[in-house]
Amino acid sequence: MTAAAPAFRRRSASRRVVADRILLYGAAVILALWTLIPIYLIALAAFSERAAVYEFPKPLLPTRFSTDTMSFFVNSTGVLPSVRNSIIVAVSTIVLGLLIGAPAGYALARFRFPGRDGFQVGVLVSKMFPIAILSIPLAVTFIDLGLYDSLIAVILVHTAMVLPFIVIVTSGVFLAVSRELEEAAQTLGTSRFGAFTRIALPLALPGLAAAAIFSFVTSWNEVFAATILTVRNTTLPAQVLASLNISPLYFRFAGGFFMIIPSLFFIFFMRKYLFNLWGPGR
Amino acid sequence: MAVGARRAASFPAAIVRSEAALPLGLLAPTVIFLSLLILVPIAQAVLLSFQAADGTFGLDAYKRMFNDTAFADSFRNTILLLIAIVPIQTVLALGMALLIHSRFPGHGIFLYIYAIPLAISDLAAGIVWLSIFTDQGYLNTILTGLGVIKEPMAFLSYENLQWVFTAVVVAESWRATALVLVILLAGLQLIPREYFEAAEVFGASRLKRTLLVVLPMLKPSLQSALIIRTIFAFNAFAVVLALAGRQLPVLGYEAYDWYYNNRNSNVAAAFATLILALTIATTITYLRLFRVREGELGK
Amino acid sequence: MSSVAFESVRKIFGKTVALKDVDLLVRDGEFMVLLGPSGCGKTTLLRCLAGLERIDGGTVRIGDRDVSDLPPRDRQIAMVFQSYAVFPHMKVYDNIAFGLRMRRKPKAEVERRVKEGAALLQLEPFLDRYPAQLSGGQRQRVAVARAIVTDAPVLLMDEPLSNLDALLRLHARAELKRLHGEVKRTTVYVTHDQIEALSMGDRIAVMREGQIVQLDTPSALYDRPADVFVGSFIGSPPMNFLKCRARNGTAVGDAFEVPGPSGMDGKEMLLGIRPENIRTGEGPFRGRVLVVEPLGSHALLTVMVGKDSIKVVAPADTTLRADEELRLAPEPHKIRWMDAASGKALMAPH
Repeated sequence: MTAAAPAFRRRSASRRVVADRILLYGAAVILALWTLIPIYLIALAAFSERAAVYEFPKPLLPTRFSTDTMSFFVNSTGVLPSVRNSIIVAVSTIVLGLLIGAPAGYALARFRFPGRDGFQVGVLVSKMFPIAILSIPLAVTFIDLGLYDSLIAVILVHTAMVLPFIVIVTSGVFLAVSRELEEAAQTLGTSRFGAFTRIALPLALPGLAAAAIFSFVTSWNEVFAATILTVRNTTLPAQVLASLNISPLYFRFAGGFFMIIPSLFFIFFMRKYLFNLWGPGR
Repeated sequence: MAVGARRAASFPAAIVRSEAALPLGLLAPTVIFLSLLILVPIAQAVLLSFQAADGTFGLDAYKRMFNDTAFADSFRNTILLLIAIVPIQTVLALGMALLIHSRFPGHGIFLYIYAIPLAISDLAAGIVWLSIFTDQGYLNTILTGLGVIKEPMAFLSYENLQWVFTAVVVAESWRATALVLVILLAGLQLIPREYFEAAEVFGASRLKRTLLVVLPMLKPSLQSALIIRTIFAFNAFAVVLALAGRQLPVLGYEAYDWYYNNRNSNVAAAFATLILALTIATTITYLRLFRVREGELGK
Repeated sequence: MSSVAFESVRKIFGKTVALKDVDLLVRDGEFMVLLGPSGCGKTTLLRCLAGLERIDGGTVRIGDRDVSDLPPRDRQIAMVFQSYAVFPHMKVYDNIAFGLRMRRKPKAEVERRVKEGAALLQLEPFLDRYPAQLSGGQRQRVAVARAIVTDAPVLLMDEPLSNLDALLRLHARAELKRLHGEVKRTTVYVTHDQIEALSMGDRIAVMREGQIVQLDTPSALYDRPADVFVGSFIGSPPMNFLKCRARNGTAVGDAFEVPGPSGMDGKEMLLGIRPENIRTGEGPFRGRVLVVEPLGSHALLTVMVGKDSIKVVAPADTTLRADEELRLAPEPHKIRWMDAASGKALMAPH
């Protein structure tokens, strides 16, 4: 074999590789732009003067940055209280969800017991129900119980929505913590509960945090149940929805952007755990 | 030994009972909570739908639902949306997933970007694309600026219902593709590397590799993703509202409207039951379509 | 007093009986090894002693206390796990101190004991590090230190050396033996490696399918195995077994005749002899060499004697080649006669 032949083969092979690479990056970048540009545009719309919303053609660059629209939105009646309500509901959902769901996840991870498979199937199936739709019959019940138009009603429904995810995620997280670590702690003098709090819990914290963040985002974004179950004590999405028909365009833009802000942060914090949310290694 | 004998005699009932007590106790709150907030409302919804306002049983609610002027449209629109959105999202998400899975340098950043819409609600997504599709919106700005059209198009007006529909499809695809992406990516990572390498060694081109090796092994994930995506599609209502108002009736909105605006929980429950029935039907269809025979995945 | 007693201990998992009424007495200060293949129940027995498994029948005693119903923390034991189970979120110092802190020892005492334990296991430079920054061997030492400093009268070890590489294992084995000599605590040690067992145990309990098959000192197990299983399991390479039949005080095989046990005419037997107890050159066995493996310190021959294939240890400079015919002589005092049907040893006057 002469020296020329392999060199030629190498060159054409690398040309193919380069072309491949360009295609790959090109596709990746286009998809990334497709994701990011709309967010950029809504930010642009939200941070301009109110009058600018009727302007045409719209400026595509942030030359006319202004907090006019945003401050109008934030100061509109009902907006700040609804934001406060959204936060209260979301945080409560996290707390209630973890209190109820984390022990179940731990039980799934550590114990064998009759009915285990049935329970797992039940959890997966409950994920599949359109829980938001269930808020219609629930509303009737809540009226009877005197819980209508209260944040508690929304908290209960949101907790039911995130509970299956919390159980699945926490069971995965506790499975990853080796059982021998808890057993070692027990031989060294802790009770079973002590081993859980001193060993399993600290090691499970990152995963639990991810579950908490996911719960927050789900609750923060939820629209249907929040709208059905409340009239005056609304959450932010319900507030924006209720005013969709009657509010000026700039109000809606500002509301939309405001609702998006937490997402950008949360996904960043959660990126390691994105895969665990949807099932134990499907 | 007396002690030993005693324990041996009591072992079956006592030990089993006490060993199972703790895990069952830990599970109980979840089981109770979910039963109360899912099983009970389902039963109630079905019950409500077969009742009239005064509590008597009958098919009145269903009659009103079917005879409602908006019913046929909302049913058709909901199904059409499903047919349009699900394939688009699946293909897009599959493409994104394969891209990320190839682990090119920087794939982590791209994953983060693609995943951002995960945390965006359908209402917010609707508003985002409202700013683009509205008469004085960004799409018109770009199109007139490029000279493609002379005057801004009314994408979201009643006369252009196809465009309204398209806008909703685009907005939902943009938002929820991330969901399918994450599920598919998780499934991809479970496929042992050796399958890809074997296919490559045996000369399959990239396209063939994808079709013949990857897709079949991705069946469980596809099944999951499609089920979840479809369920959400049946519930879609805020996106449509944000972009189209009442111009594009969908089942989810009708349910909400009958309850909230017409104060008729029976008809609303009828809609809810219908949505539930459709959900179950499509879920079963998916389960059948993507049934994985034992051993097929080398398990 | 820290002896350990298992009395008719029974453990069932679902439908499987993992421990079948096991009786075992471990003396105070003794190093007892539980040896056997995987699934034999040795780890289960250890875990029952630790309290990590609940027994379904029988009693477990530590000293004169019946601990059968007590949780691990009340049994006064210390345990080293196969995976070491060193807490990843605590520094080495805190790991070693954990047991002491759980017993609420005063801070000064904790510090003194941790430093002593660290010195004993050469861990002083690592006290401030996290386990992730340590090698496997170092983590193993942390697990041992953590167990030793607690002063628990009984020490449990579940295959602590099996995750180490071969060279490290050799070193760690000697270290553990030296440690036991210094600390002299009753130790129950589980392993599947018969070399470890022979090296370290005061006595070895060989287990199989939930029962103890033989309980003896290492040399007794080596020279006088109770049955074919023990003879094959202990010693590497394992004991050879050749088929033969008793006839008038002689054992007659396909390719040999040797003086055998008397008083059992017609019995089908197995002649058990270890590879290093067979001399080449002359003798009653007629064989043909199949393979010669030069192993440095000696040569291992695979020889066909009649229908049996046996291993023979020869000097390293042997001139034997494959396919050569040769004669072999088993050392008469080292022969162990087994009943072919039951596999058990025959008590023969020799």
